[in-house]
Amino acid sequence: MLLLDCPYCGRRPEIEFRCGGEAHIARPPEPGTIGDAAWGEFLFYRTSPKGVHAERWLHVHGCRRWFNALRDTMSDKIIATYPMGTPRPALPEAGP
Amino acid sequence: MRRFSLGTLLSEAFKGHQGWERQWRSPEPKPAYDVVIVGGGGHGLATAYYLAKEHGLANVAVLEKAWIGGGNTGRNTTIIRSNYLQEESAAIYEHAVKLWEGLSRELNYNVMFSQRGVMMLAHNTHDVQSLRRHVYANRLVGIDNEWLTPDEAKRFCPALNTSPDIRYPVVGAALQRRGGVARHDAVAWGYARAADALGVDIIENCEVVGFQRDAGGAVAGVETSKGEIAATRVGVVAAGHTNVVMARAGLRMPLESFPLQALVSEPIKPVFPCVVMSNTVHAYISQSDKGELVIGAGTDQYVSYSQRGGLHIATHTLEAICELFPQFSRLRMLRNWGGIVDVTPDRSPIIGRTPIEGLFVNCGWGTGGFKATPGSGHVFAHTIATGEPHAINAPFTLDRFRTGRLIDEAAAAAVAH
Repeated sequence: MLLLDCPYCGRRPEIEFRCGGEAHIARPPEPGTIGDAAWGEFLFYRTSPKGVHAERWLHVHGCRRWFNALRDTMSDKIIATYPMGTPRPALPEAGP
Repeated sequence: MRRFSLGTLLSEAFKGHQGWERQWRSPEPKPAYDVVIVGGGGHGLATAYYLAKEHGLANVAVLEKAWIGGGNTGRNTTIIRSNYLQEESAAIYEHAVKLWEGLSRELNYNVMFSQRGVMMLAHNTHDVQSLRRHVYANRLVGIDNEWLTPDEAKRFCPALNTSPDIRYPVVGAALQRRGGVARHDAVAWGYARAADALGVDIIENCEVVGFQRDAGGAVAGVETSKGEIAATRVGVVAAGHTNVVMARAGLRMPLESFPLQALVSEPIKPVFPCVVMSNTVHAYISQSDKGELVIGAGTDQYVSYSQRGGLHIATHTLEAICELFPQFSRLRMLRNWGGIVDVTPDRSPIIGRTPIEGLFVNCGWGTGGFKATPGSGHVFAHTIATGEPHAINAPFTLDRFRTGRLIDEAAAAAVAH
């Protein structure tokens, strides 16, 4: 089970949270004008990287607020959590 | 290939079983093939077999980055059924069940397919309505599925707790008698042996790291950890790593990869005659011929390639198992593992062409691909050999995520399936 650092409540176990999938996907401002391929891309296509993944989490059994997290999908290690609306933080320098 | 028969078994028995040969070769890759299959799981090996058997394409290589059948083929809970709601899904899974029914004879390899029945439990009004709808839909397209009362369910599976006092009492069940289980390793080995005998090269420890394209953009070959291999037709069948492989061809996919867990108990005497599934309390269970109870748990909620899941996911399933089968609460669990499953937005697979000429993909089987192995390989081989999809996989295009013509088993099953 993951331990997530909620920016508002601090470190809590994963069962208090819901994962909301990939972060930083912006809804196209004019859906009617972009065509089916771009709309399909927005709805269905995800990065699912083998490596660092930016994703949304909801502290559903806590403060009920959304935040973003960077997590390594190989080790499941949480690298950083950050509030909604802030840009994706730079990765820390690789340690020894 | 030396055929297995009672005669060969008897003659080997008198010679101390010293004469059995390797079941498939371990060749070095040739510089070029007609078709390269990326991924040596059940689906990839089945594809190679049917390419050679039905389409006369024997100059085929299966490239596997580790060992064959070591991924999801060897990690699933081996359940086989075809009682899907949507007609497109029912057609492809039923195609697979019909191939399963003759597979041991076809491959001359005992895949231990056992049609012991798959029973899906209903615990509330929604389950009853949903499962009865499945029963009616299946019967309309000629797939067996029947509705059982709790007493009938108890008679079919005596271990089941049908007491009205449990948290989620059993109020009915849908039973597909032709469903069952098979030995998953034997499926990979059987297909590998049969494909190898037809001339297919199975190359293990060979990871595809890139794709070569010709001047027109079509596929010209693959770059691997064992060098370059030319091929004008490449089929990617890489399950949870499809995203990773396709990214090497510069393509994004409508897939997310999640860990899915399973576990087995210590072996006990035969106590469990069928397969029981419950989507509501999320548990599925059967007993292997070795005696272990084989239990399937859910996926984690986040994308991961770690091949292990959270303990609370397995715990949740075991709590459900112990409520439905209180006698199993005394059993110890022997092993727990995870596999990485590639899940599409509509929970239906993608089998067909890609935007790159000559590059084909068979992926998105999510949490339920094992049951489809023969059917999936059969129609994918047709697609690669002819360049056009088989009627059965024609609806399962990548393009449906642009057109919106989804095959929505996600809504139909309401859970991973």
